[in-house]
Amino acid sequence: MSKIKPEDVDRISEEMRRTILLREGVGRIRVIVHMDTCGIAAGARSIMKVLMEELEERQEIKDVLLITSGCAGLCNREPMVTVELEDESPVKYVDLTQEKIKRIFKEHVMNGKVVTEYILATETKG
Amino acid sequence: MKGYRTNIMVCAGTNCISNKSWEVKEALEAEIAKRGLEDEILVVPTGCVGFCAVGPIIIVQPEGIFYQSVKVSDVSHLVEEHFLKGKLVKSLMYVPPGEKEPIPKMKDIVFFRDQRLIALRSRGMINPERIEEYIGLDGYKALAKALTSMTPEEVIEEVKASGLRGRGGAGFPTGLKWESRKKAKDYPKYVICNADEGDPGAFMDRSIIEADPHSVIEGMAIGAYAIGASYGYIYTRVEYPLAIKRMEWAIQQAREYGLLGENIFGTGFNFNMGIFKGAGAFVCGETTSLVTSIEGRAPEPRQRPPRTELWNKPTVINNVETWANVPAIILEGAEWFSQIGTETSKGTKVFSLAGKINNAGLIEVPMGITLREMVYKIGGGIPNEKKFKAVQTGGPSGGCIPESLLDLPVDYERLTEAGAMMGSGGMIVMDENTCMVDVAKYFLEFLRDESCGKCSSCREGISAMLEIVTNICQGKGREGDIEFLEELGAAVTDTSLCGLGQSAPNPVLSTIRYFRDEYEAHIQERRCPAGVCKELIQYSINPEICTGCLLCVKTCPNEAIVGEKKRPQTINLDKCIKCGVCFEVCKFKAVVIT
Repeated sequence: MSKIKPEDVDRISEEMRRTILLREGVGRIRVIVHMDTCGIAAGARSIMKVLMEELEERQEIKDVLLITSGCAGLCNREPMVTVELEDESPVKYVDLTQEKIKRIFKEHVMNGKVVTEYILATETKG
Repeated sequence: MKGYRTNIMVCAGTNCISNKSWEVKEALEAEIAKRGLEDEILVVPTGCVGFCAVGPIIIVQPEGIFYQSVKVSDVSHLVEEHFLKGKLVKSLMYVPPGEKEPIPKMKDIVFFRDQRLIALRSRGMINPERIEEYIGLDGYKALAKALTSMTPEEVIEEVKASGLRGRGGAGFPTGLKWESRKKAKDYPKYVICNADEGDPGAFMDRSIIEADPHSVIEGMAIGAYAIGASYGYIYTRVEYPLAIKRMEWAIQQAREYGLLGENIFGTGFNFNMGIFKGAGAFVCGETTSLVTSIEGRAPEPRQRPPRTELWNKPTVINNVETWANVPAIILEGAEWFSQIGTETSKGTKVFSLAGKINNAGLIEVPMGITLREMVYKIGGGIPNEKKFKAVQTGGPSGGCIPESLLDLPVDYERLTEAGAMMGSGGMIVMDENTCMVDVAKYFLEFLRDESCGKCSSCREGISAMLEIVTNICQGKGREGDIEFLEELGAAVTDTSLCGLGQSAPNPVLSTIRYFRDEYEAHIQERRCPAGVCKELIQYSINPEICTGCLLCVKTCPNEAIVGEKKRPQTINLDKCIKCGVCFEVCKFKAVVIT
């Protein structure tokens, strides 16, 4: 390997940033995929796979955390995902498909715009 | 680096590895692959996380979930429940003593909450065998900053202004030490890392090297730049195989990256280093002996000043923890560092908590914290609701501090005034069942074995003190022994050449100072109040409490307990070897020590 320069240290550090933020548990955005046996049966694993792929394609995004959790109690509306943006109340999306989660990722996670037609109806009235 | 959704940080310090954490790590990897999660979840071995009492420890990020005492047999369930289904596993969580509700997150556990990490800043965060992960936590940025934007003088000024003092025990201001060697115009110069950790119960230095070897390398490179040194030694002992392996690997990686070698960062600064493995003699932690050992001779201390110099060349020797603090100071600035701590002791200190304490492990706390907070809050108090008796700080040559001084703030001066010392950070907690005369005897035995024998005051003085203390423990103490110990102790302190001899009487002097009544009970009443010294105690069975369950009869190794079933038992004192097993096994507290 050739000799390292001060700017190379910054570059390596930047490449490691997503991993370090994950280990510090620091994320501006938390995307929670509800798993459990019911969620997995309804296809939550494929939703997670899509989210992983979307993140992998966008290396510039460092502060999105993908988290799994147990059943949220609405097994018939699964697959279900909760998106938490910093300083905003959590938004629950239900009856997801791979296409829907791609759109949610693009619009809500990337651009902060809630995709209202996929959200859990009860929470919009609140 | 490839993205994962979860990182499982598995503690792989020596303490957890001895509890099979490496097997847990391998089982996790196998189970994760079996479930097809290997592209989503990464298993990362880290250095010591500190809460050794409940190891093996794993921390799940980004949620920060803390699992304790994880066994290989737990792994399959854990992977299915948490990593596949997203459900936390309560049975592996930490439950505070006396409580029922488990605490899921590491940051909410009291043991971790009140710590302040500088030397252990990478704790549980990085794989120590990957330099990129260290760089990810701002590693080598301090070296880049020093080399490209600071003069050696400015580096020394920064370290001086920070108030950093030697973490090996004596507490000499690091910046002043550097400045004096900087002024010397004799080349080549050397920097040495003193990792010859020999105190019983101490594992700070080993843990730092195992967890974050690059922080030590970076600190030494900065120090070398400041004083104009071109080579460094890490002096450690062969009994630290994992620390040596990780440090060797780290040095090799740093060389491959050009962070060690010639023309570092293209600035013309040359620096390289190697590991020197000592055979594990306590006296080698003393700097003049250490230097003599590297030179290939018998490690005997020498008169100082001036002899702390390797090959008669200007040499700076600092402790592992001191070096690990340096990059943080250069990067964050002296002002930041000097705001932490007390008037005379700045920054933080790493301690290893051991002995009769619930949360045994490795901690880093701001200077000025009280011993009470360390023992009762972070340390979780004394097991089995026993009473606290003393805490021994500073290793074999430190001192025992009694309950009345528990509110003492931890800094170099306060501990010295109390007759103990900061030392390198070993802290052994003793409960009411500890005999202080017996403790003094234990440490004197250690020091007698470790004295190099160069000065007669140390060699003969320690032996003489040990003989008297042993006699006291055996009920052969005489009037005047205490006063003679005090006089002899003062003489050994005054007339020994190096720190080992000068501080060797401390265990005796500090126990006499605070627990004189225990010495007196041994001598005048032939009685050991803590019930420890075998020659002075007798075991008997209280017939009114004994139920005749015969548990003691079954466990007695010498068939000394006799009696009928369901009737009170008696101990045959001619056969009793005073091992104390009956006392420990009796469920009714019928066995008494008198």
